[in-house]
Amino acid sequence: MEIPVVIIGAGQAGLAMSRCLTDRSVEHVVLERGTVAHAWRTERWDSLRLLTPNWMSRLPGHRYDGDDPDGYMSAAETAGFLESYGRSFAAPVRAHTTVTAVLPTPDGSLVETDQGPWRCRSVVLATGAAGAPHVPAVSAALPAAIRQITTLEYRNPDQLGAGGVLVVGASASGVQIADELRRAGRAVTIAAGEHIRLPRTYRGRDIHWWMDAIGQLDERYDQVDDLSRARRLPSLQLVGTIERRTLDLNALAAAGVQVTGRLVGVSRGRAQFSGSLANLVASADLKLHRLLDRIDEHVAAYGFKEEVGAPDRPEPTRIAPAPTEIELSRFSTVVWATGYRPRYPRLDASVFDRRGRIRHDGGVVEAPGMYVLGLPFLRRRKSSFIDGVGPDAHDLCAHLVRRLSRRQAA
Amino acid sequence: MNTIGTQDVGNGVNVQALLDARQALTAAPEAARFQWRAQCQWVNGTHSRTTVHGFAGLGEEHTHRAPFVFDGDHPEVFASQDNGATPVEILLVALAGCLTAGVATVAARRGVRLHSVKASVSGDMDLQGILGIDADVRNGFTGIHVAYEIDADAPPSDIEAIVAQSQKRSAVFDIVTNPTAVTVEVA
Repeated sequence: MEIPVVIIGAGQAGLAMSRCLTDRSVEHVVLERGTVAHAWRTERWDSLRLLTPNWMSRLPGHRYDGDDPDGYMSAAETAGFLESYGRSFAAPVRAHTTVTAVLPTPDGSLVETDQGPWRCRSVVLATGAAGAPHVPAVSAALPAAIRQITTLEYRNPDQLGAGGVLVVGASASGVQIADELRRAGRAVTIAAGEHIRLPRTYRGRDIHWWMDAIGQLDERYDQVDDLSRARRLPSLQLVGTIERRTLDLNALAAAGVQVTGRLVGVSRGRAQFSGSLANLVASADLKLHRLLDRIDEHVAAYGFKEEVGAPDRPEPTRIAPAPTEIELSRFSTVVWATGYRPRYPRLDASVFDRRGRIRHDGGVVEAPGMYVLGLPFLRRRKSSFIDGVGPDAHDLCAHLVRRLSRRQAA
Repeated sequence: MNTIGTQDVGNGVNVQALLDARQALTAAPEAARFQWRAQCQWVNGTHSRTTVHGFAGLGEEHTHRAPFVFDGDHPEVFASQDNGATPVEILLVALAGCLTAGVATVAARRGVRLHSVKASVSGDMDLQGILGIDADVRNGFTGIHVAYEIDADAPPSDIEAIVAQSQKRSAVFDIVTNPTAVTVEVA
């Protein structure tokens, strides 16, 4: 079959692009391995809620209109939100269609699927940033008696057998799962590498409200000093709960979770942890206060008074001296909360760099007519948020349409 | 936010050369592979003398301007001659030197002029480990503490951030905080 544009993936990124193309009357199809919002329905743990408040769920031509703008959507609610988005403009989604390869052709791409091939001039990779869990090499050194599970497979504490749990990673997923396991009465150790500490609220408002207000989330990829570092930053140490509580290392330690440095090795029946935790914690606190300084400057510059609360700065992170070795016999399970890597169908090798990452300039891939959408800091700091993929889709859609019309004129 | 600048703030660090090197080695990863070496000769008792001269990197062999010689020994309280610092003290030297080089470099990169930088380094050790008295006591340090006194044209939080970034980019800090595979053979 032939069509001008193929979008791969019907999550927030693919649907946002579909909406932008629909608005410009560009014929296209959205190929989806499952159904709309597949990953939100099948690859998230039970208690997961968005890190951003509901009012920040804004997509091109669609926004949250429920009665709880300050709440945080569950994964199932997010899937429902995206389904209604797709329905709202009759997104041309082909469900249960798995793309196996995208091959270059003289005038575009050949998209091979398990339901037959598509020829197109342009292809948009919108399969998301969390395609496959990243598990560090040290996992291979763990004894077989220890069950290993990734955040993609984790659902709830009952799923894990008895015994202590080592949660590796202290970004959003790691702190949330460690907290949930501790609340279920488990002995929990969390191994913390570099992390971004944030209070859930500051001066009475959600931290994302502030990050949006001061323009931090709109910072562009061509304006940051070190883009590759900005793209590698871990996810924010946050949880979305009704009581809007802060979930940082202090909160975990107070709940009885043992905090250690990064897991760096396994030797003689012991897990080894980096001795650099104190520095990572100090760095996270410094960066936190730098952000809160910017917020305070914003408050002063705009003359907010009663509208905002007092500057309620979080306490410094205080954790007990961490062991650099722990007997592995203390753990029955290791949860890998060590991030994700995107997963693509088979692509021409020339689009990847030597580390296997797709090379792109703000989402424009070097292969003619190919785009990628929904990756961290693709074009803006908020690119991987539901609230951020819309502006990116808008920009890339303009680029895509310009290219299509140029080709037609030629 | 710090303003990233390359203006010379007088710390004696060639920031532009470092930025150029970063860019060049990003494009040529094989040139970034370095090897550092030391040649050790036993002298007598616990005294040994180690010389550092050649190293490899940027795809070729290099030598320092001159050979640098380090005497290692144990102190008189260990019934030794005390002809030099103990090897564990040399490790503290390495850590302090690495972190302080990092402080100067990061400060220069951030446009912060340094007036004085002093570090006091201490490593705690329980000799019951190396003497084989208690198998539960490790041979090495139980902990290392570094205290910086820095006089610079910057507010305290910026100075703390410079010290934090120096640790993040320090080779010796990484070597002492994380495991390294070591192979020792007899030729």
